[in-house]
Amino acid sequence: MFNSVVESLAGVGRFSIDKLAGFGKASIVLFHALVVWPQFRTNTRLVINQLYSLGVKSLLIVAVSGLFIGMVLGLQGYTILVDFGSEQSVGQMVALSLVRELAPVVTALLFAGRAGSALTAEIGLMKATEQLASLEMIGVDPLRRIVAPRLWGGFICMPILSMIFAIVGVYGGALVSVEWLGVYSGSFWSVMQSAVDFYDDVLNGIIKAIVFGFVITWIAVYQGMESVPTSEGIAQATTRTVVYSSLMILALDFVLTALMFGGF
Amino acid sequence: MHARVTEVMVGFFVVCGILAGLALAVSVSGIAGGSKETYKVYAYFSNIGGLTEKAEVTMAGVQIGKVTNISLDPKRLVAKVEMSIFADVDFLSIDSSVQILTSGLLGGKYIGLASGAEDEMLKEGSVIVDSQSAFVLEELIGKFLFNKVGE
Repeated sequence: MFNSVVESLAGVGRFSIDKLAGFGKASIVLFHALVVWPQFRTNTRLVINQLYSLGVKSLLIVAVSGLFIGMVLGLQGYTILVDFGSEQSVGQMVALSLVRELAPVVTALLFAGRAGSALTAEIGLMKATEQLASLEMIGVDPLRRIVAPRLWGGFICMPILSMIFAIVGVYGGALVSVEWLGVYSGSFWSVMQSAVDFYDDVLNGIIKAIVFGFVITWIAVYQGMESVPTSEGIAQATTRTVVYSSLMILALDFVLTALMFGGF
Repeated sequence: MHARVTEVMVGFFVVCGILAGLALAVSVSGIAGGSKETYKVYAYFSNIGGLTEKAEVTMAGVQIGKVTNISLDPKRLVAKVEMSIFADVDFLSIDSSVQILTSGLLGGKYIGLASGAEDEMLKEGSVIVDSQSAFVLEELIGKFLFNKVGE
């Protein structure tokens, strides 16, 4: 009886120490990759390559999702608002929900699935084939050479992708409600403009996107570095990246929304 | 060659991002108000009842401008509303009247403008004298109750 209590207590202790140690290691990775940053010339090249593989290749999926989500918002908003005779407000509804919530969150979820998983698999495979160890052997810091450009690429990509998502979505909503359903375009845009504030809504949305980009790439890179160097281990690490990033995005979104719009 | 393609695509991506940011600023949040040329006219209201900046100014339901500034006139103690009317709408006579209206049942407030009969036209800086304030439900109910008690 007594032994099983001690055993379960030890289990809780082991779990906490593991998690704390993991968080500590992840912070050390982040600190080293970001603070040690002297080689601008070579690293700019590497960041550009990462911008290509993380950002440009995610552009299509983000733009297409944005278009469809904006169109669905336009359609749904119109069918509800037309009952109250205030279908002019559909622009306000589409723009506010996109700019504040949907653009950062959906872009981040897509980015975690599209780019975060790829980052983890890439770094995990580098670790499994001992490329990271070889880099260290020839005197190149893998944190600086491999991890730092990926982190910077992720931070820069996410706000850009989120802004593209938002604007494509707004025009998708305008297409459905103004062109197809016949909402008067003058009211559509002016009601939207009087409701959306640049600093309170648009900038806060961009801040959310930056925070999400930071969290996703951090999780992805750390999971890659810490993966068990087998095919199964990489598979698990990739799954964990997507699951952890998605949970973190949704939880952080609540916290950020409460801070930005909750009136605290 | 491959590096060149990457650079071009990244440049395209970043330019897309900047354009998206500008579009969000201008057409979604209306921060710069667009490039359409306008002239300013003013009107005084005893109560604007929820009218906001960037609300539309319409004539016969068609947008002809928007509200650009709302302030309190310190001498007359009424609201002073600045409206930017599109420059191509230059046929509004000086005795036009303005009215604060609500779009639909739940919609936002906007200004409805009806032109008068004078030959002189509104121009930059004109003041519209004939203005009708917003319809405020509480005032109306108050008046109704007052009349009921009086009976």
